[in-house]
Amino acid sequence: MQLAVWTYEGPPHVGAMRIADAMRGLHYVLHAPQGDTYADLLFTMIQRNERRPPVTYTTFQARDLGSDTADLFRRAVLDSHARFKPEAMLVGASCTAELIQDDPGGLAKSLGLPIPVVAVELPAYQKKENWGAAETFYQLVRAFARRDVAKRTEGRPLCNILGPCSLGFRHRDDIIEVQNLLASIGVDVNVVAPLGASPTDLSRLGAAQFNVVLYPEIAGTAAAWLQRNFAQPATRVVPIGVGATRDFIAEVAQLAGLPVPHTTESRLPWYSRSVDSTYLTGKRVFIFGDATHAIAAARVASEELGFQVVGLGTYSREFARDVREAAAKYGVEPLITDDYLDVEAAIAAAQPELVLGTQMERHVAKRLGVPCAVISAPVHVQDFPARRSPQMGMEGANVLFDTWVHPLMMGLEEHLIGMFREDFEFHDGAAPSHLGHAATAAARPEVVVPLSVAEEAPAELWTAEAERELKKIPFFVRGKARRNTERFAQERGLRSINVEALYDAKAHYSR
Amino acid sequence: MSAASPILSSAPGCTDAPVLRQRGQREVFCGLTGIVWLHRKIQDAFFLVVGSRTCAHLLQSAAGVMIFAEPRFATAILDERDLAGLADANDELDRVVARLLERRPDIRMLFLVGSCPSEVIKLDLSRAAQRLDRAGNGDVRVLYYSGSGIETTFTEGEDACLAALVPEMPAATDSKPSLLIVGSLAEVVEDQMLRLFSAMGIDDVRFLPPRRARDLPPVGRGTRMLLAQPFLANTARALEARGATHLPAVFPLGAEGTTLWLRAAADAFGVSPARFHDATSAAEDRARRSLAPLRETLAGKTLFLFPDSQMEISLARFLAREVGMIPIEVGTPYLHRSHLGPELALLPRDSRLSEGQDVELQLDRCRDAQPDLVLCGLGLANPLEAEGFTTKWSIETVFTPIQGYNQAADLAELFARPLRRRARLMV
Ligand code: SF4
Repeated sequence: MQLAVWTYEGPPHVGAMRIADAMRGLHYVLHAPQGDTYADLLFTMIQRNERRPPVTYTTFQARDLGSDTADLFRRAVLDSHARFKPEAMLVGASCTAELIQDDPGGLAKSLGLPIPVVAVELPAYQKKENWGAAETFYQLVRAFARRDVAKRTEGRPLCNILGPCSLGFRHRDDIIEVQNLLASIGVDVNVVAPLGASPTDLSRLGAAQFNVVLYPEIAGTAAAWLQRNFAQPATRVVPIGVGATRDFIAEVAQLAGLPVPHTTESRLPWYSRSVDSTYLTGKRVFIFGDATHAIAAARVASEELGFQVVGLGTYSREFARDVREAAAKYGVEPLITDDYLDVEAAIAAAQPELVLGTQMERHVAKRLGVPCAVISAPVHVQDFPARRSPQMGMEGANVLFDTWVHPLMMGLEEHLIGMFREDFEFHDGAAPSHLGHAATAAARPEVVVPLSVAEEAPAELWTAEAERELKKIPFFVRGKARRNTERFAQERGLRSINVEALYDAKAHYSR
Repeated sequence: MSAASPILSSAPGCTDAPVLRQRGQREVFCGLTGIVWLHRKIQDAFFLVVGSRTCAHLLQSAAGVMIFAEPRFATAILDERDLAGLADANDELDRVVARLLERRPDIRMLFLVGSCPSEVIKLDLSRAAQRLDRAGNGDVRVLYYSGSGIETTFTEGEDACLAALVPEMPAATDSKPSLLIVGSLAEVVEDQMLRLFSAMGIDDVRFLPPRRARDLPPVGRGTRMLLAQPFLANTARALEARGATHLPAVFPLGAEGTTLWLRAAADAFGVSPARFHDATSAAEDRARRSLAPLRETLAGKTLFLFPDSQMEISLARFLAREVGMIPIEVGTPYLHRSHLGPELALLPRDSRLSEGQDVELQLDRCRDAQPDLVLCGLGLANPLEAEGFTTKWSIETVFTPIQGYNQAADLAELFARPLRRRARLMV
């Protein structure tokens, strides 16, 4: 049993729904109780879909338990086939139906429908949403990709784009960027899947020479299978950020047997070099999200914006190893957890100046009074902006620059606050002036640090004057300054800390 | 079934009307959803669902990540070890509850809430609650109810929760008449009702649920219960078993509805017609005046109500009688005739009543009927808007203060705004 307040991922059948909803011509019959129909609103409200997701729920009730549930399932399959006339059908069970063991796959097959039926078994008590999406996509690829499709051997190179799906973080916009990018390199796209693909489209996957995997969480399993069975190598670089986009282009060119082209550049490198960006140097940034976006964000933050990564983590346990490797590169402890309370504690302890995270971290950051930008699913209605807002490619890099820098205080403003800390309008919670008064009002006075971190030294250790001086230090580094000074005092055997000791410690630790 | 011939009857309104019952996909929430408002209503209670990741995800999605203030609910997610019997479910539960109470020492009442998975594997949460309750030495009361989707639909979760509270209510020490209002109401509504009852001379008025779990009202032979919500069949039955008398009434939606509801109490307490009039007429007049401008938008507009909260019949009655809308179909997940009798009598005769759902067939009927406004759940609203319908989310009628005189116009406004918006948009 795991105690959960908020969760990063839903159950695995929601992952299957994300694939079914992304595709065309597929209908998913889910053996599930009525309450599970809540999942429709993820698509109609968060993603603002204009149609219901292609899902029929059997909505069995307690009085059906026993022999009737299997019959309900059969009827749901027949009715939805008659009504929606899909090209193919996906069938499966939600957590409750898994317990009553009706075998949706066997039941559906016994009906002898004139269309293909793919059964997905998603162990609801072991696995989660992204795994469910990956498994479902893999099963569909396995079922539909035809081995008798000839691989293109002449003319322009041909690839598939795998991974974009419903409820993904900016998948909608990323594919446009990546398609343009591939076109500019001289590579044709065979199939984009699952988003927008039909089962028939999947049958043509084999024509491509290689696969571009945009979201390994969704498409990794399918791509590995295609590599083994169709001899299609897959890209490993995810083109988020300028450096990664350049690497991606080089990787694609190599897979396509083309020279590495000179590509159009992003504005990010110049904006980052522009002198007004100097203040970004060494900003402490805490990063949490799915593995793909978190690892990519760490690279961009560190190499392209000059931030200092002070925390890196993911809720994607399946990709824990990749995140551990990345964390080692930045010299931070990797945080692998799906408990948002752990994440909250880690953020509070790291005292970052910027949080890059999911909607959960956005709320944590708001509570702690730290600026935040969202970089990863789970998604919220705000993550489907009306404008195009990709994360990938050169335009994606521009978007990252804007959205990550926007919440921060501008350079000169920050200096002024440092100089005139006692100005009553420059209190700790003061927000960047360009974010307006509402932000100021919402800001929190003091970072809440878990007890183990903020162990208060006996009050008499600090002289009143030194305590006042400490208050002039920006709040996000104050805890660290306090700890360092106290450690310094302890090492030197000082009985009390006065202003001199504070500055001695500052000099000592800044060496 | 839908083309039933009109029944010749002298009974008023829809009292004897045929009910369309279909069986198919039910597009409704389960009873766990009630936690979203109950955990705000009862301030020192905590709701621990024992269920699956789906249950946790439902709560999170229904609540919206917007109310992120640390909520007083959580889910103990069962995993394969619990199912395989590798971990003793009761030990696990003890561990989870201990961690929870350590974090939240302010909690005085803990509800263990059953789900579909806990019921299917026959986890005896009612026993577990008793055990934890004894272990808590009276500091924290631990109660059980089921909000599972195989047993409960949406607002039935509140019914189950309140029914679980009934045995906890102290016994009234005498049989002096007292008034018990049953069903969650917004605090502002409760306060307005208290003022109205006080003006009639009824001062012993209590609410279930109370704002604090430890302030449970007494119940006994003198208790007269007035239901504030139409979905409380089990709670009412449990209260009756403890001696309370049910006062049948329409529900307090609209000016007329509120007056009829208040009058049921006034009659039971022997309030004179003159005094009742003095206490209510000004507020009722004000409510009627506030509805007049909304009537201009809503009168003559047709309405189709999908089943959701069981409030549909009351809503349709209010919208038909007080602002002149024309209900084409009134769907409800369940039809409790005994509690809804007074409502049915006031519902226009030609409204079609439906109970339960086959959502696909119901959508077909909705498309055929081409109503001016559709009341439906969150899963259907945007797709229907995209088809050209104007919709109102039914969940808003559960989360908004709509009962009582001063909220009558707010309630009508919920329905008027989508129509005005559609008329205004030029894109
Ligand atoms: S319907 Fe059952 S399994 Fe689904 S969320 Fe509700 S209680 Fe949980």
